[in-house]
Amino acid sequence: MKIFLSFVRKEFIHILRDVRTMLIVLFMPVVLMLLFGFAITTEIKNIDLMAVVDQYSPDVRGELTALENNPYITFKGIIHERDVDVKLRSGDCVAVVMFARDGKRNIVLDASNPSISASVGSYLTQILQGVEAQEAMNNTRYGTSQQNVKLPVTTYMRHNPQLKSAYNFVPGVMGLILILICSIMTCVSVVREKEMGTMEVLLVSPVKPIYVVLPKMIPYFVISLINIATILLISHFVLDMPVYGNLPTLLALCVLYIVLSLALGLLISTLVESQMVALIICAMVMMVPMMMLSGMLYPLENLPPGLKEVSFFVPARWFIEAIRKVMVEGLGMSAIWKEMLILTAMTVFFFVVSLRKFNDRLE
Amino acid sequence: MLIRKEVTQFFRNKFLPTLLIFMPIMLVLVMPLVSQMDIQSIKVAILDHDRSTLSMRMESHIANTDYFRMQSGFRDYDDAIHQLDDGKVDVIITIPEHFERDMQAGQAKSILIVANAVNATKGGQGIQYAVQTIASAVTEISREHGMPVGDASLITIQNRYNPTGNYRIFMLPALIIILLLLNSCFLPLLNIMTEKEQGTIEQINVTPITRLEFILAKLIPYWVMAMFLVAFSILLAWVFYGLLPAGSMGVIFLGAFLFSLCMSGLAITLANVSDTMQQAIFVIFFFAMIFILMSGLLTPIHSMPTWVQCITYTFPTRYVINIFRDVYLKGTLLSELRFDILMLVVLAIFFNVLATITYKKQQ
Repeated sequence: MKIFLSFVRKEFIHILRDVRTMLIVLFMPVVLMLLFGFAITTEIKNIDLMAVVDQYSPDVRGELTALENNPYITFKGIIHERDVDVKLRSGDCVAVVMFARDGKRNIVLDASNPSISASVGSYLTQILQGVEAQEAMNNTRYGTSQQNVKLPVTTYMRHNPQLKSAYNFVPGVMGLILILICSIMTCVSVVREKEMGTMEVLLVSPVKPIYVVLPKMIPYFVISLINIATILLISHFVLDMPVYGNLPTLLALCVLYIVLSLALGLLISTLVESQMVALIICAMVMMVPMMMLSGMLYPLENLPPGLKEVSFFVPARWFIEAIRKVMVEGLGMSAIWKEMLILTAMTVFFFVVSLRKFNDRLE
Repeated sequence: MLIRKEVTQFFRNKFLPTLLIFMPIMLVLVMPLVSQMDIQSIKVAILDHDRSTLSMRMESHIANTDYFRMQSGFRDYDDAIHQLDDGKVDVIITIPEHFERDMQAGQAKSILIVANAVNATKGGQGIQYAVQTIASAVTEISREHGMPVGDASLITIQNRYNPTGNYRIFMLPALIIILLLLNSCFLPLLNIMTEKEQGTIEQINVTPITRLEFILAKLIPYWVMAMFLVAFSILLAWVFYGLLPAGSMGVIFLGAFLFSLCMSGLAITLANVSDTMQQAIFVIFFFAMIFILMSGLLTPIHSMPTWVQCITYTFPTRYVINIFRDVYLKGTLLSELRFDILMLVVLAIFFNVLATITYKKQQ
């Protein structure tokens, strides 16, 4: 035990000696949370619009006024039909409304981003149909557009009546930041010792491998706890994420996740020889797939069958799902036991494999 | 001669060349499969308390449409809500008793549609599809009974540049950028840091080789690699998706080259100011994540708050993404992309000047 503690002390000294890295690791989550929390949203705030008018009439003038006065539309002027192509192509506007003589209206959209253009199209349709601007925006967000039949329908958006996209993205950002920072920290630290040759020295000694490896993780564990705290504080107080669920469950989930990330970093470190390769693996094999397959940005239902199975292996996926349930839906441990179990299993797996590899003392 | 050394070193490391071939394949093939913003397979539960012709018609419409997957076996509303929170159901439609009878009398009580809106887009679209499907069922029955139906829409929508509304096409140019970024930023940085830590950089510093020669020798292979990556990815995109750039390839390569310049300049600057690989790794990760997530690659820039949008003006990724997308999808001309190209040139100069200034031959 005394040996263990002395190793822990050694690791702490290592880290404290490198103030710069420590500062980076503590401040990075703050900056990232702030930036991403505000930046990653799919709400439409502004539409650049132009119009082509064949013949002015009171109707046309009325509709033009409605478009011009709309707070979400920047009306950029009337153009000729032949200019429509050029303007759309150059990005001067994203939509052109063409008013024909016979009362028909043609909305030409730059559909290179289909999900945005679909919303823009339905929003403009409603304006032209005479729906009030605010109601139209709400309807677009609720999606009840393009219906001409009067229906007695009441819609209710559960958990998120205001349709804040932050509720969807912030958990994703949390998951991504935590796992990347933790795994890189452990990974690079171990690999560095390997590269410098001091690892071999330690492994040759009578000290058990677990005494060498575990202390490496402890200081990073402490740092990660601080990171969890800052991330949760920022997401609640700055990004308006609710914390409807109970705090202990939330913390338990986060702690489990960072242990998993540290273990993952450890595992990666056993597989690589140089820091360069370590970084490349972390970046390319982890970061990019995690952004895509964890449900952070893109809904998991859309994954084709092959990829769906792959996403089961992405730890962030389970974490993000569980966080959404706890923070936004306010559920408790009973609802996330499945995710917790999977995360625990992954952690154990990573640990076991890493320790086994460390037991091969010399390559 | 220096260049030859760099190239030899590169190929000696078996890992990197494989990565170079493998990464484009993975990104171009896999990522578009993943990135589908349109929601499909929404799990819907219908609680039909009416059991009339009308409500059965609605049920069959919903069951037959591709958007929905019917879930059954719910005892009552509370049970269904429980499943909603658990994620087993996305939308619950409740049809009240005597709905058909009341509707024909003109006094219908509302159909209640509840969606789990933690993911705002998913919730919104779920509700939109539900309402549309219900509307079509009602219209059908009304027609059969000779009842009046709402007017046909005078508003038409035309989608340019992506008539199939395929979101994947929108993502492809962006993915090439991710590749470029990883290549032009991570790899040179790692290269230099490895040399720094190994001490071989000291040896070069004491030779008469100028700073410029040294840096150029390091970077030129990566620029060549970048061009190769772009060409390879375009080829893959064509082979697998039939997607060819609508505009000039020359502009694409120009944009890619300028971007490469920027990123490698940034990489060198960071390498110059970092003492250890670990620091460099964290900082580059920081920048990479910001560039990838905040440059309009995955979520639109226009949706971001104004202050965030101002920050994005300093990101090279923002401009190159614009250039790639506009040329690929819209066939935009060089003259129309003046601003983006200009900013890339400015940023390239900025980063490379920074790199030269921060490079110290004597420590």
